[in-house]
Amino acid sequence: MKSLGSIRRSFAPWNDPQARPYISFQNVTKRFGDFTAVNDLSLDIYEREFFALLGASGCGKSTLLRMLAGFETPTSGRILLDGQDLAGIPPYKRPVNMMFQSYALFPHMTVEANIAFGLKQDGMPKAQIAERVAEMLKLVRLEQFAKRKPHQLSGGQRQRVALARSVAKRPKVLLLDEPLGALDKKLREATQFELMDLQQDLGLTFVVVTHDQEEAMTMADRIAIMDKGKVMQVATPAEIYEAPSSRFVADFVGSVNMLEGTVTSRNGNSVVIKGNSGAQISVENAGDAAPGADVAFAIRPEKIRVTSKRPETAANAMEGEVWDIAYLGDMTVYHIKLGDGQVVKASALNSARVSEDPLTWSDRAWISFAPDAGVVLTR
Amino acid sequence: MSQASAVTRPASEASASHGPGGTVLSAILSRLVIVVPYLWLLVFFLAPFAIVFKISLSETAISMPPYFPVFSWEDGLSGFWENVKELSFANYLWLVDDPLYFNAYISSVVIAAISTFLALLVGYPMAYAMARAPSSIRMVLLMLVILPFWTSFLIRVYAWIGILKPEGLLNQFLMWAGVIDSPLQIMNTHTAIYIGIVYSYLPFMVLPLYATLEKMDFSLIEAAQDLGCPPISAFWKITFPLSLPGVVAGCLLVFIPAVGEFVIPDLLGGSQTLMIGKTLWNEFFGNRDWPVASAVAVVLLLILVVPMMFFQRAQARSQEQER
Repeated sequence: MKSLGSIRRSFAPWNDPQARPYISFQNVTKRFGDFTAVNDLSLDIYEREFFALLGASGCGKSTLLRMLAGFETPTSGRILLDGQDLAGIPPYKRPVNMMFQSYALFPHMTVEANIAFGLKQDGMPKAQIAERVAEMLKLVRLEQFAKRKPHQLSGGQRQRVALARSVAKRPKVLLLDEPLGALDKKLREATQFELMDLQQDLGLTFVVVTHDQEEAMTMADRIAIMDKGKVMQVATPAEIYEAPSSRFVADFVGSVNMLEGTVTSRNGNSVVIKGNSGAQISVENAGDAAPGADVAFAIRPEKIRVTSKRPETAANAMEGEVWDIAYLGDMTVYHIKLGDGQVVKASALNSARVSEDPLTWSDRAWISFAPDAGVVLTR
Repeated sequence: MSQASAVTRPASEASASHGPGGTVLSAILSRLVIVVPYLWLLVFFLAPFAIVFKISLSETAISMPPYFPVFSWEDGLSGFWENVKELSFANYLWLVDDPLYFNAYISSVVIAAISTFLALLVGYPMAYAMARAPSSIRMVLLMLVILPFWTSFLIRVYAWIGILKPEGLLNQFLMWAGVIDSPLQIMNTHTAIYIGIVYSYLPFMVLPLYATLEKMDFSLIEAAQDLGCPPISAFWKITFPLSLPGVVAGCLLVFIPAVGEFVIPDLLGGSQTLMIGKTLWNEFFGNRDWPVASAVAVVLLLILVVPMMFFQRAQARSQEQER
């Protein structure tokens, strides 16, 4: 497979067999009564990594974070931090700090006192505390708000106080529980980049829990997709998007077309799939799909071309009817209904103001894609 | 919401913005709504207080009613002014002259303060446990706190005599368990009064504490622990300061009735306990000296109202600062 990792910076300790994981979940299970929140999960996170736990609510991602912080104890399994087993260490003795989803700012203390709280617990000398607090306030650009109480701040300012408070102690690991969940869209986007810069500047390991895939894709070095207490895939954002390992991951991240079918023949790394609609699909990068296997061919909408006539050169082409058109400005999404009734989404970038090949509702249209445009999923 | 805003707005403006007719009526109605509680206070609090205050300025007399002068509608306006001239502050001077009253006030305040503190010590853990209990059993626990109110207060205090007297339940149990050899003298001591007051007024302490603790975001405690604060220290730095409004409300609700408490010191405290409630009772029914008794009541009210007003001012000011 072609390398997808080089899209981001070249930081990739997970590919280095010599690298020792910094945080290590080993066969961790957590049950609440009958409910299994985390199910025999193993996961390695490396130093200075920006790691995202992504999943729908109730998938166990927050429980995982709370176990790392020490608020929950694993029912079985071990959690190691820098080689040390965290079992039995109470939250107030762990070298990790957490930024809470609700921010959990102390309402009866000023911004300054909130940030200084953790430092005072450590018995840091007063002068040093003042210095560190000033430094933190500068970092989050809240210098003139030092004497305010939390309820006198806006949501974005509170978020930054919470962030300053959680990094003030220079923890080995910063845990962020839906850090941007309470912010509006514009502010969220700006803050994502601030968080990435902060992580780079301080050289900390960040573990962030989120249900927002765009947030995870933007910020994280690697993403763990979670479902029902299990990790479905751990990979870089580009790998997750372009090479999902299962139907669940492909469907969970971004928009995808799933064409179900059976592998009819395999030649080296290429396979031919006979789709349920009868169409033949030839694919490179077939993974472990063997002839006879029931598979799904997953292809993203932007990898599909829509034309009014059958393209002459395309390896794969299918005919259908324009069922719906959504014009979004920067691009147009076509819903093409194939012969067997399946609707395929295809998006086209509106790089020209007037399309050369205009399509409208109920037109006959052809969708086409390259052999390496999608992936074959056996799971 | 619209009613409340209509009240603060002049009627003319309200009618201008909504057209005539209906809005004028609704403005009048919403004002009436405000009038009701004021009327209630006037009839059931201010008027009786005015009567008590007037009696406190009167002179004791052997007659029906046992004081002089007596206002009457037949006297007319001139007779009213004649009567007003008869009123004096002599009873208040009498209270200052006799150290009995001063001692009774002091002793009442001290006993009430100690009882309030003990009620806080007992009530806080209860309220805390209730607030942190699973929400399914919170209602049951709340019910249990309120349940004793369904039995007569007097009977419950009498029941304590049965428990605390020398041959009572408590002493019998302690002697059976071998903790003590001879019965403890608890009845007719201050200890018995503390027990009685704490027992009787505990719900007034627990309920406001529960209300503030239940509202508290417990992720604050987690945040404190996450920042390196052990649980006990987190309690004093986060939970307790945030529950202060409930602490103050609970303490006032226990302290105020406890200062004027009569039944508990009379039944459990024995004859030698000096409390202002008992003194008041003796003046009224022992001496039949209504004017002095009324003066005692008015001074008691002042003792309680003045610090409360200061407290409310301070609280209003701190709330304004936070806004």
